[in-house]
Amino acid sequence: MPHDDHDHPHSLLPPEPALRVKALETILTAKGLVDPAALDEILDTYERKVGPHLGAAVVARAWSDPDYRARLLADATAAIAELEISGRQGEHMVAVENTPETHNMVVCTLCSCYPWPVLGIPPGWYKSDAYRARAVREPRKVLAEFGVTLPDGQKVRVWDSTAEVRYLVIPMRPAGTEGLDEAALARLVTRDSMIGTGLPTGPA
Amino acid sequence: MTAPAPSRFDEPWQAQLFALTVALSEAGHFSWPDWTQAFGATLKRHGAARALDGGADYYAAWLETLEALLDTRGFAGRDEAETMRAAWEAAYLSTPHGSPVRLRNAG
Repeated sequence: MPHDDHDHPHSLLPPEPALRVKALETILTAKGLVDPAALDEILDTYERKVGPHLGAAVVARAWSDPDYRARLLADATAAIAELEISGRQGEHMVAVENTPETHNMVVCTLCSCYPWPVLGIPPGWYKSDAYRARAVREPRKVLAEFGVTLPDGQKVRVWDSTAEVRYLVIPMRPAGTEGLDEAALARLVTRDSMIGTGLPTGPA
Repeated sequence: MTAPAPSRFDEPWQAQLFALTVALSEAGHFSWPDWTQAFGATLKRHGAARALDGGADYYAAWLETLEALLDTRGFAGRDEAETMRAAWEAAYLSTPHGSPVRLRNAG
């Protein structure tokens, strides 16, 4: 492919919303309402550090350590903090455990509240109108679209997240994983399995 | 089943917008429940016209909500924001490609 080396008369204009965000940032930092260092730190955290691997570590610990599991179910915020994962805004975390009787699934019908500290930024579908509207109304149908078919006897419980309470699903530990250590277990825990729209992968 | 790859942000401005909102809340300029109420109301209004897919339209609604909230609370008025946006646009258009873009009269 020939390289087109024409002159750019001026810098590439960012998209319209990018300019609007830049405008707000300039105004707010100039007024001292936002600290640029704090802004950078938040960006760094959410773009690079936080993600589903943290939630997976929590789940793997709960699968391996019955005492930890009990603490997690009793006070998830504190139990998650034990792994040196901390929320930013003091969101109250609640862990909901899947059992053969109950499958848990999480949604935010209002906007997109999500357990950021352990899962990072939510996927697009979590923020879509379709998921937000249908998860409560027809959870089994939504699960089927994610490729999850539950036994008839297992009921589905849908948890609606809010600004104050964020839910983390603790999926059931897959069969055949008795010999695995925490690190190996964590690799089986998918993001979707912690939202309740997926199941952990089986052992390799 | 195969889960879609974990998505963080599709475009850099979405990350900036997210960080700006979290920073404002952390600095105590509004509470997170206040934010989610306002944002939920915008999503509902936009969603009434057509189903939102949770991608670009989601962050468009986010930006609209933040601009309105900052205007209402007197942190950044609409006119002020528009003047600053235009100043940035002018700066991009008048800066030679490859040079850092700066506001002409940035204080």
